[in-house]
Amino acid sequence: MSFLEVLYFIVPSAIFYAAPLILTAIGGVFSERSGVVNIGLEGLMVIGAFVGILFNLLFADQFGNATPWLALIAAMAAALLLSLVHAVASISFRADQVVSGVAINLLAIALSLYLVKKIFDKGQTDFITERFPRYDVPFLSDIPVLGPMLFSKMYNTSILALVVAIVAWFVIYKTPFGLRLRSVGEHPMAADTMGINVARMRYIAVMISGALAGIGGAIYAQTISGDFGHATINGQGFMALAAMIFGKWHPLGAMGAALFFGLAQSLSIVGPSIPYIKDIPSVFLLILPYVLTILALAGFIGRANAPKANGVPYIKGQR
Amino acid sequence: MSIRATNLLVPVISVILGLLVGAIVMLVSGYDPIVGYTALWNGIFGDLYTIGETIRQITPYILAGLAVAFAFRSGLFNIGVEGQLIVGWFAAAYVGVAVELPKIIHLPLAILAAAAAGALWGFVPGLLKAKFHVHEVIVTIMMNYIALHTTNALIKTVSDGGDRTESIFLSASLRSEFFQNLTDFSRLHYGILIALAMVAVMWFILEKTTLGFELKAVGFNHNASEYAGMNVNKNVILAMVISGAFAGLAGSMEALGTFEYVSSKGGFTGIGFDGIAVALLGMNTPLGVIFGATLFGSLKYGALNMPNAAGIPLEIVEIVIAVIIFFVASGYIIRLFLLRAAKKKEAK
Repeated sequence: MSFLEVLYFIVPSAIFYAAPLILTAIGGVFSERSGVVNIGLEGLMVIGAFVGILFNLLFADQFGNATPWLALIAAMAAALLLSLVHAVASISFRADQVVSGVAINLLAIALSLYLVKKIFDKGQTDFITERFPRYDVPFLSDIPVLGPMLFSKMYNTSILALVVAIVAWFVIYKTPFGLRLRSVGEHPMAADTMGINVARMRYIAVMISGALAGIGGAIYAQTISGDFGHATINGQGFMALAAMIFGKWHPLGAMGAALFFGLAQSLSIVGPSIPYIKDIPSVFLLILPYVLTILALAGFIGRANAPKANGVPYIKGQR
Repeated sequence: MSIRATNLLVPVISVILGLLVGAIVMLVSGYDPIVGYTALWNGIFGDLYTIGETIRQITPYILAGLAVAFAFRSGLFNIGVEGQLIVGWFAAAYVGVAVELPKIIHLPLAILAAAAAGALWGFVPGLLKAKFHVHEVIVTIMMNYIALHTTNALIKTVSDGGDRTESIFLSASLRSEFFQNLTDFSRLHYGILIALAMVAVMWFILEKTTLGFELKAVGFNHNASEYAGMNVNKNVILAMVISGAFAGLAGSMEALGTFEYVSSKGGFTGIGFDGIAVALLGMNTPLGVIFGATLFGSLKYGALNMPNAAGIPLEIVEIVIAVIIFFVASGYIIRLFLLRAAKKKEAK
C-alpha cells in the first residue's frame, strides 16, 4: 500500500469517527462556556443513540430514505429533555454539577436499556435498515489528491458536523448572544449587573448541549454501530468531553481535537491492515486521546484554562 | 428542626423519592410495582444464600464509597475510583496467579499490590492537581479509560492472547469455608472483614491523626491551611493516594474473593461510579458509607432476582439509584422544603 493509498483509507474513516465527537464536543463548549460543567454528555449521547435507533426501527417503513434524518430530530428532542433535568438540578437546585452529570449518565443508560428490554425483550435492538447514504460531493470530489481523500464517499452527517462547528464559532464569538453566554460563564455577577438573565442563559446553553449531544449520539448509532445495546456509546461522550478540553473550550479547537481523536480511534480499528501502524500495539492508540488530554491540561501542550465560573452555581447576592 | 436532623433527613427522603420514581416507572411501563419490589426484597433477603451474596456485593461498595468519601473530605472529587479499582483488580489477580507462596505472605502481598496499584492511579491526578492545578475530575475520568484499555492489554499479554487470567492460587484467595457453611455456600468471603476494618482506618485517620486534621482543613479552606503552615500540595497528593488505595482494595475484593481471576472488560464495572452515590448518601462519613454501601449493594444484588421473579428488567434499580443520586445532590431544594414546612408548623 502506498502512502497516498493509506491516506485515502485513513482520512475518510477519521472524519467518519469524528463527526459524533465534534457535535457532542461543541455541545459541551456551549454548556461549559456558560458556566455549567456537563459530565452528562455521555448520558445525553446514550439517549440520543437509543431514541435515534428506536425511531429508525419503528418508522423506517413510513418515511423511507428520510428516516435517519427524522431520527436525528427525535434524538435531539429526547436528549434536550434529559439535559433539562441536568439544568434544573445544577442551575435551579444548586446541585453539584459533576454529581448531577454522573446521575444523568447512570439514568440515561439505565432508562434506555430498561426500555430496550421492555420493547425488544432482549439486551440490544435489531439492526436498522435505513442508514445514512454515502455520496461523492459534486465538483469537490474531482480535485486531485484532496478530492478522493476528503470529498468522496462522504457522509452528509460529517458535513453537518463541520458546519455546526463553524456556526457555533460564529454564534459564540460574533453575536451578542455569544458574548452574553461567555460573560455568564466568566463572571456571572457582572453579567447579572448588566441586566443579563444568568439562569436563562445557562438553561439555554445546557439545552443546546443536550440537543447537540443527542444528535451526536444518534449519528454514532446510525452510522457506526447500526443498533443499540449497553456498549454502543461506551465512552464517546467522555471522549467528546476530552476533545472539548483539548480544544480549549473553543468550537474550532474542539473540532480539531475531535478530528484528531477520530483519527486515533479509527487507527485503533483499521490499523492492523495498514503498514507501519500495525506494528504499534492498539492499546497505545486507544489511550492516546486520554493521555493527550491530561498532558494538555497539565500545560505541556499549551495552557488550557476553563471558563472562570465553570461549575459554580450562581446565587444572587452572594459575594 | 435542627441542622443535624435535616442533614439526616435529606438522604432518607432521597431514597424514598428514588423508590417512588422507580414505582412510577414500573407502573407506567405496565408492571406491578408491588410485585417488582417484592421480588427485589426476596432477592436481597430471600434465604441464607442470597443474604450471603448480598453481603458479598456490599463489600466492594464499602471500599469504593470510602475512596470517594475520603477524597471528598479533603476537598477533592475522585471520579477515578472506577479506574483505580480496575488496576487494583488486575494487580491482585496478577500476584495471585504469578507466584505461589505460603498463604500468610501471599494473601497480604496480593492485597497490598492492589492497594499500591490503586494508590499509583490516584497519585497521578493528585500530583497534577498539586503541581499544575489541573482539576482532578477531568484527569481521573481520563485515567479511568487509560486503566480500562491498559489492563485489557495486560490481561491479553499475561494470558497469551486470552480474555482472562488463570484462577488465582488458593493461597491468595479470600475464600472462607466458615462463611460458606454459614450462608448455604454463597461466595461470601473474608473481604467483608477487611472492608469493615478499613472503615475504622478511615475514621481513625480523619479523627485521630494530625494528617487527618490537615486533610480536612485543606478540604475546608486550602488558603487558610496554607497560611497556618500546612503543606497543601503534600496533603492533596496524600489524599488522592489514600483514596486510590481504598479503591484498589475494592478491586482486590473482586480479584481475590468473588471471581478469583480477572477478565478483559468491554466497559466499566460501575462499582466506582456507584461509590459516588454511596459516599454522598453516607454524607462522606465512615459510618455513613456502611449504610450507603448496604443500601446500594443490596439494591444491586437484589435486582438480579427481578427479571426471573417478576419479569421486570433489572435496570429499574439503576434508574432508582440514579434518581437517588440526583435528589441527594439537589439537597438544597429538599432542605428548603423542610425549612418551609417547619416554619409553617411554627406559625400554626
